[in-house]
This record gives sequence, C-alpha cells and structure tokens, in this order.
Amino acid sequence: MEHNIYKYILRYSKKQQFILTVLSILSFPALYYYLELPKIIINQAIQANDIAFPVEYVGFEFDQIDFLYLTVGLFLLMVIVNQAFKYVINVYQGITGERMLRRLRYELYCRILRFPIPTFRKKSPGEIIPMITSEVEPLGGFIGEAFALPIFQGGYLLVIVSFLVVQNWIMAVAAIALYPLQAYFIPKLQKKVNLLGKTRVRLVRTLSDRLSESVSGVEEVHAHDASSNMRANFSNQLDQIYTVRYRIYLLKFVIKFLNNFIQQLGPFFFYGIGGTMVINGTLEVGTLVAAIGAHKEMAAPWKELLSYYQRREDARIKYEQVIEQFEPAGMRDADNQLIEPDEIPKLTGEMIASNIELSDDTGSKTLEGLSTRFNLNERVAIIGPAGSGREALTHVLARLIDPDRGRLMAGDVNLVTAPEAIIGRKISYVGQHGYVFNTTLGENLYFGLKHRPLHEKSYSGDAAQERQTYIKNADLTGNSSDDINADWHDYKLAGVENEEELNARALKILEMVDLSEDVYRLGLRSTIDPEKAPETAELVLSARRRFFEKIENDPSLKNMIEAFEQDQYNTNASVAENLLFGTPVGDEFHLDRMAENKYVQKIIEEAGLTETFLKMGYQVATLMIELFADLPPDHEFFQLYGFISSDDLPEYQAMISRIDSERLDNLREEDRLRFMSLPFKVIPSRHRLGVLTDDIEEKIVAARHKFAEELPPHLQNSVAFFDADAYNAATNLQDNILFGKIAFGFAQAADKIGAALAEVVEEMSLRDTIIAVGLNFTVGTAGARLNATQRQKICIARAIIKNPDILILNQATSSFDASTQTRLMNNILEDFKGRCLIWSLDHAEKTVGFDHVLIMRGGRIVEQGRPEKLKEDSAPYKELLAAS
Amino acid sequence: MSLKEEVEILRQIPLFAKIEPSKIKLLAFTSERLTYQPDDFVCEQGDNGDAAYFIMAGEADVIVETPSGPLTVATLGKNDVVGEIAILIDVPRTATIKAKTELTTLKITKDVFFRMVTEFPEMAVEMMRVLAERLVRTTDDLQKAKEIIRKDSQ
Repeated sequence: MEHNIYKYILRYSKKQQFILTVLSILSFPALYYYLELPKIIINQAIQANDIAFPVEYVGFEFDQIDFLYLTVGLFLLMVIVNQAFKYVINVYQGITGERMLRRLRYELYCRILRFPIPTFRKKSPGEIIPMITSEVEPLGGFIGEAFALPIFQGGYLLVIVSFLVVQNWIMAVAAIALYPLQAYFIPKLQKKVNLLGKTRVRLVRTLSDRLSESVSGVEEVHAHDASSNMRANFSNQLDQIYTVRYRIYLLKFVIKFLNNFIQQLGPFFFYGIGGTMVINGTLEVGTLVAAIGAHKEMAAPWKELLSYYQRREDARIKYEQVIEQFEPAGMRDADNQLIEPDEIPKLTGEMIASNIELSDDTGSKTLEGLSTRFNLNERVAIIGPAGSGREALTHVLARLIDPDRGRLMAGDVNLVTAPEAIIGRKISYVGQHGYVFNTTLGENLYFGLKHRPLHEKSYSGDAAQERQTYIKNADLTGNSSDDINADWHDYKLAGVENEEELNARALKILEMVDLSEDVYRLGLRSTIDPEKAPETAELVLSARRRFFEKIENDPSLKNMIEAFEQDQYNTNASVAENLLFGTPVGDEFHLDRMAENKYVQKIIEEAGLTETFLKMGYQVATLMIELFADLPPDHEFFQLYGFISSDDLPEYQAMISRIDSERLDNLREEDRLRFMSLPFKVIPSRHRLGVLTDDIEEKIVAARHKFAEELPPHLQNSVAFFDADAYNAATNLQDNILFGKIAFGFAQAADKIGAALAEVVEEMSLRDTIIAVGLNFTVGTAGARLNATQRQKICIARAIIKNPDILILNQATSSFDASTQTRLMNNILEDFKGRCLIWSLDHAEKTVGFDHVLIMRGGRIVEQGRPEKLKEDSAPYKELLAAS
Repeated sequence: MSLKEEVEILRQIPLFAKIEPSKIKLLAFTSERLTYQPDDFVCEQGDNGDAAYFIMAGEADVIVETPSGPLTVATLGKNDVVGEIAILIDVPRTATIKAKTELTTLKITKDVFFRMVTEFPEMAVEMMRVLAERLVRTTDDLQKAKEIIRKDSQ
C-alpha cells in the first residue's frame, strides 16, 4: 500500500482529481466577472462615468436603463454560474472522497483477512475497529478536496489579487505584505500540533483497547474486586488524553490568534499608509475603500487555504498511522486468497514434512527441524506433553501459520505455496474453541462451503438495473462485486448435487457429532413463517391433529393437557391468555401489561367485568399481603409465586388499609390500574385462589369473542389468535403441535406429554423437518444462545460437512465430558476410515483406534508408528501413557 | 380444590395442628399439589431428594430394593408424610414410593419445610413424634424378623 496519502490519491483518483482541477480553473473567468460587474454597474450603468448612452453592444443599442438591466442581468447570470460551478465541484468532490474512503476501508479489511494469525495476539479488535470505522472517516472528506481546494481557493485569491493590482498595485502589495509572515510561523506551530495529534490518536486507540478489555474481562473484575484499580487505570488514560488535548487547544488557538491578528494588521496598514497618501493627495478615497473591500474579500480564501493546510496535515498523519498498523510482517499475498485454480486437486499419496521450523513472537522455537511422513489415507494421532509443539504442528499442517522454513507436501501439492482455494477446501481445521458467527445454525454449518458465488442469481427489470449499478460502483472502488445473494454453496465439494441432498447430509453429520437432539429441541422451540414454509406448517397441523387423537384415546394423558378451545375457559392458562386467546405479537398486548392497554380496558368494561376484576384484584392483593407480608424482601417466593414484587408490596399494603373493599368504583387512576393488573396473572389451576367463579369465566370467554371481533385494524397484527385449524405463526412448533396448556398438578405431566409428542413426531417422521427448522435458529453474538459444547460441535460438523481430504482437530473435543468425547471420537474415526484425520490429543490412551501415532517432544517428532506397536516398545509412549 | 379446602385438609394433619392458619396458607400456596396415576412413581430409591410429600388422598406403597427383589415395606394413606428422611439428613432416597391408587400429594420443598420447622418448634416436636413412632415400629419388625431367623436356623 502507498505510504503517502498523495501518492494513494493520485494512484486511484487521478482522473477525478484532474476533472476537479479543470472545473476549478474553468470557474475563474465567471468569478472575475462576478467581481468586475459591480464596478461597471456603479460606475457606468448608474453614475454614467466614462460612457455615452446609448451604447452599442453586439449589434444592439442600449440606453442607460436598459444597460443597467443588462449588467444586472449579467450579474445574476454570473451568480448562477458561480453557484452552479460550486455545486458541481462540491458534489463531485463528495463522490470522489466517498469512493476513495470505500476503497481504503475495503483494502484495510482485506488486509485484516490476510494478517498472519499471530498478529492478532498483539492487536485487539478494540484497536483495529476504530481504525477502519472512525479514524479513516475524515480522510474521505480530505481526499475529495486534496487538489481542487488549494487550486480553487488559491486561484480565487489570485483573481482578487490581480483585481487589486489592476486597481492600484501599491495597495495590492500592502494587502498581501504580511502573508509571508503567516506562511512562515503557522507551519512551525502546526508541526507541534501534528505531533500531539499523533500521540492523541495512539492514546485513543489504547483507550478503546482498554474499554473492550474491561467488557470482555468484566467477570474477573467482579470476582477480584478490581473495579477501583480499573477505574484508576481508566482515569489515568483519560488524563493522558486530556493533557494532550489541552496542549493541542493551546497551540491551536495561538495559531488562530496569530492568523486573525495578522489579518487585522491589513486594515491597520491601509488606514495608516493609505490615509497618509489620501491626505497628501496621491490616492483617491474611492480606491482606498475598494482596496479595503478587496482585502476583506481575500480573507475568506486565505482562511480556507490555511485550514486546508491544517486538515491536510491531520489527514496525512492519520493515513500514515493507520497504514503502518496494517502492514505486519509475514502478511500473505492478496493472490493467495484470490487465485481460483482451474482444478482443485485431491490430496492423496503421502504427507511429507521436512525440516519445519517455526518461532513464536518472542523468538523461541516451537518447531525445531520437524520432519515426518505418513500416508494420507491414515488416521493420525499427535501426542506429546504440553509445550511439545503439538498445537503449532496442527497450525502449520492446516496452514494457519506459515512455517519459517521447511517443506510441506501433500502428495504432489506443495502446501507452503498452495493458494487458500486448495488449502481451505481440502483441509479442515478445528481448534479448542471454534468460532460461531452471529447467524443461523445452518449458515454456520455451511460456512465452509461458501467459497465463490457458484450459481449466479438472475435479475430482471429494476433489480437487474440495481445489480448493474452495484457492480459499477464496486468496480470503481476496487471492491468485490461478487453477489452476496447468489448461491455460494459448493455442493460438489460436499459430495452432493443440490440443496436437498446437502440438507440430508447435514442431518447425517449432526447425528455424527451428537448434535441432532439439540437441534431438534431448538427446532421445536423455533417459529416458522407459514407463508415461506407452507409444507412444514401443514405437517405441523396434521401433527396437532394426530396428537389430539392420541390424547383423546389415552385417559391417563387426557387430563394432563388442556387444549385451547374457542368456547371454553382454559384453567391452566392465565386470565390474560384466556382473554387474548392468542399469542401477542410485539409489545401492544404484552401479557404482563394487559391492564394498561386501552382496548383491553374497553373490552373488559363492555363485558361488565371491570368491577369484578377490581374485586378480584383486591382479593388477590389482600391474600398476597397476608401470605408474604413478613417474608424478607429478597425471599425467592416473591419471584416464584408472587403476584406482587417485594418492592410493590408496601404500596399495596397502604392501598388495602386506605381503600374500602365496598367502594372500588371510586378509585384513583393509579390504584385502579394496580388492582386491575393483578387478576390478569391468575392461573386458576395453579394458584387455586378460588377467585374465579364459573360466571366470571363465562364472561371472560364472551369478552374473548368480542375482543377478536371488534379488534380495530391497526391492532390486527398485534395478536395471532388461536385457531385449531390454522398454524400460529407467532408461537413455536411445539406449542403449535400441543395447542394447549400442560396441566398443573399432575405428576410428570411435562415429561409424559413430551413423550407423547415425541411419539407423534416419530410416527409422522417429522424429526428431520423439525431439525431443518432448528437449523434456522439464530445463534446470537459469537453463538451466545448456544452452550459451549453445542458451539464446538457445530464447528466440528462444519469442518466435516465439506468432505475434506485432511481433517485436522486440535484437541477439539477436550472440553466435552468423557462419554460425549468417546462417542464423538468413535463416530469421527469411523467416518474417516481410509481418509486422512490428524488429531492432536491430550491423552495417550485415546490413540487406540488410530492408524498412526506421532509422538512429539521439544518441537520434534521423536517417534512414530502404529499405536499397538508403540505400546509395546516405545519408551516415550509408555511415559505419556503413564502420565495420563 | 381451592386453596381454602387445602388449608382445611392440612390442618387435620397432626404435624400442622398447632401452626397459625396464615402459615398453613403460605405452605399450601407455595407447595405444588400433584396427582399421580396408579403405578406412577413419586420418588425412586437412590434419587436425590429435595422435597417431602403429604398424602392428601389415595394410597402409596413404600418399596425397598432387596437382593431378592423389591419388597413393599409399608402402605401409606391420607395424612401420612413420606420422603422426609432424604431432606432431613441429605441422603439419597431410602425407598421408592409408588402410587397404589390415584394419589394426591402436596409436595413441600426442602426450603419451605425447614422454614416451617425452625419457625414452629411444635412442628419439630410433632415430627420427632412421627419419627419415633416409626422407629418403634421398625424395631418391632426387626425383633420379629430376628425371631423368625432364629427359628429357621434351629
């Protein structure tokens, strides 16, 4: 990358800068006339000095008034032309700057993707992110004006000066006499500001690094009472930044002061020298006034030029500092990632590593002249004590890290020089903690299959036009024009033909890594859009009917679930759910805040239930106070059983003692809302409060019907009503199948209903469909919605699904419990029979079942062979076996 | 069954006879009422116990695993309490409880149970009485068993 911002600008925007410069120069004549015309208007058109009317102009005759209109009209034309030039130049500048900014960001991002992996041990995201996001932002603005501004403003200044010279050359000289002084002092001061600016950028970067560390390490901070230390540390950083900024301000305003002062010295000289000349009769007053006016006019471009100089320096420093950070040693060529070989070779034959050497960033050797060879149809285990270089070897074999020296061949392919297109498709690597991206499970699983846009998406009409613009803009800025909406899945690599087969393969792999049950459960708890997946919705509906039949035919199950029925009160659902009789969508009918909703209030009022609800609220509040009054506020019962939180309890206590239960019709609004909110939470069969009579239940069911019938159009989308014959898009698959509430008070009801559900799923072969839905589960930032084991399993599945010729696992299962580990290991060993599997293991006894074992010590392979043979006559093997 | 009725039933249990009605209400409110089908397990021998059960209706068998197969050692009915040993001394369940008929129990968690016992010494004394009675019965059974063995060996 160019180290000088001007070189960078010229390299990628020479044409634009040229056009901008030409535009600026073209605008000068109009500018000159814009300055010249007022003089003509005043002197000739109005005062009729040195002119005899009528005048002849391009064949037409003008009298004085017409001439005035002509000149004024010309003046207006010049204003328009000037502004038009300004508009065009500004827009073009903006576009040029934005394009360059886009290019620069893209280039920096590409560089991150090519950083040698050890770089990330020293550079944190907290440092890198602000560089690409905020630090380069002002560069765009500067790049747009880099050439055009000095030319335009400098030219403007020149125009004014020449105008002045034409009027009176002595005045002109006087007006610019002090500019050299400024031109000498300002850069000197500016240099100091620049240095401080550099420090500031560095300090802010450290600050954001510290910030991101505090967030990532917040557990440690709490666990060790380290917050004071952290605060002091942060304060220290802020102080450093403050001091630097303070000094920048001092200098900046000194510069400003000097600028303004020197600027004001002009009038001083004009009044002094010019005044003397006028008194002596060598100068006319009019010329003096004109000169002062012109000098004022000069102030703007001169100021612009000076501030341009400051911005330029600022941009230069920022650019250099950023670029410097993006050139770590050992970065791979861009081609290494971009080359698309005509044919991806299959890695067969022998893996040969000879004299591999690798040092870490401290310079100590992790691999010291390592040599080995084994067949690429063998399952190879790597064992050795900690620090023996096991991990480094897996990194080198997976080509995550380039060896300092040595040869690495897989069959005919030289792995050291092979492009990522070969390495990344034919070799898979999973470390101890794989990373899961914030998208769906499925996307994560297929991440390793998306190398190039393989099946272009076809566009038509406006979309095609948009796509063309997209490609054009990408090309103009050196960005990737690959279509993100194309089908990127490399089906061939996964050994399948199409999406359907790929999904089938995914199910098989999930089974292999012991993840299908988890994904199945996630699927049950996921929602689907029935319009996008009508077949799945239909299947779920028939599963619901099947489940109904099953329940109907089994008397022991019948009591354990209470189905939603349009005309019947559901005693295992809360009053809120019974009234709404649907799933809330969005916050409008949030079940905890139903009482506040105006439409709900209206329905309750019309059903004649308001008083009943208030009474129920009063009863519930009384009971809660009786039960919970003398519990300590942090008692878990409040959370588990309370209708009223411990914070609100005193409030209710006061209300109960203040308000007479017979006079509930005359309450203050907030009291009313408090009482009203309580009955909504009552679940009759759970709470057994006895406040809901049959009569009230009937009325609620009637209100439920009314609620649905009179729902105003703007609330139509805020609730998905329960309908026995329709799929409910707002709730998950499981609830859609059960279509009811699991009854309270029946032992193991949830388990038995779960078992019945599992039977239905089994009978209807729904499991695969549900797993497919589960693959659409969004995993959250870095997979936060999955547990660590699930995350790791999805990473292993991702590595296997692409059918690699070599699968490298670096203690990838060591965080699992023993039985899961064994199960997974057996499955993977079985699948890779006759293929190459390289597995770095922490325990020697796990090598049973491998074809070949490498024993490492001190960065070398000390022995290798079949595990059975090593067990008999290898001392290092026995040692490792004994140690574990 | 509403909370009120439950409170009435609980008050008939000797263990709770001397406890304030409001506390019994709290006990009833915070405790889960569970209905078991015949042959359902209330708890199984060897499990970790975190709750005791008061039988409110129906009958339950207490079954112990022996080398010669499961052995029903007692049948409990209304107002009896089971499962209290595991929560008193933190040992795995010493026996399996199986519903003999349809069975309704009130499940009282360890926390609530200890809270009640510490707050109401009367309840602790009552508990001791129940345990003592059980001990007498067990000793008696043991005596009989020994005699049978002696007769057999003679």
